[in-house]
Amino acid sequence: MLITRKAEFSSSHACYRSDWSDERNREVYGLKANPHGHGHNYVLEVTLEGDPDPITGMVLDLKDLKDILNREVVEPFDHRFLNHEIRPFDTVVPTAENITIEIWRRLEPNFRKGARLHQVRLWETDDLYVDYFGESA
Amino acid sequence: MIRITRRYRFAASHRLHAAELSDKANQDLYGKCNNPFGHGHNYILDVSVKGPVQKDSGLVVRLSELDALVRSSVLNEFDQSNLNDAAAFVARVPTTENLVTEIEQRLRAAWPGGEWPQLDRVQIRETPRNLFTSSGASV
Repeated sequence: MLITRKAEFSSSHACYRSDWSDERNREVYGLKANPHGHGHNYVLEVTLEGDPDPITGMVLDLKDLKDILNREVVEPFDHRFLNHEIRPFDTVVPTAENITIEIWRRLEPNFRKGARLHQVRLWETDDLYVDYFGESA
Repeated sequence: MIRITRRYRFAASHRLHAAELSDKANQDLYGKCNNPFGHGHNYILDVSVKGPVQKDSGLVVRLSELDALVRSSVLNEFDQSNLNDAAAFVARVPTTENLVTEIEQRLRAAWPGGEWPQLDRVQIRETPRNLFTSSGASV
């Protein structure tokens, strides 16, 4: 069975590489290359896979899941400039793809017993989202 | 596996009427969708691509290039159009099942090779309550 919990955070980012020319950054990233950044209301949907406990009827206590999402992602990321304040985005370009992978890395160690992390979906805007299923999937 | 999904919107009209069936059978089968002058929807098209994240850019695909491909293959013809006028729907009913198949075929035909990621899935929402997923989709 799959269960999905949603969380939101608002952050700014800039997609540019300092080892590329301004022209190259603009060609690859378009407007996202503005070095002063821009922001999004990110929407995170985290899906776990597991069997309901025969006594509680729950795959995982959603309160615990909410606490994990807040601790690992929302509290560190919310109202921050990702490039300047959140590792590894001082050296890794915080594209939607790379942010999604980083969120998986932060969450996955919390789900090695019982329910397993199945999917991380990150909406950057209403018209763009990324799904990540881990390195092995 | 990593998959990125880009959402596009287009507005189009259509009328569902199968030439092989009688007028009465069409009315019974399609109901309001068979009304003679057609009707419209705000279609939402989700195009999903999967592939490795490029090491230098951190991107699976350059969105400007994906947008241009979807625009030239799909949106330019279908947005603000009557789907029944399209060559693809002269002999086929423009149900959203047939529309999602047509769009997937167009995208696959126009899809660049080389380092481009794979086209993974095409989905269309005809209304907020109807979702159609192409048959070639992995999930």
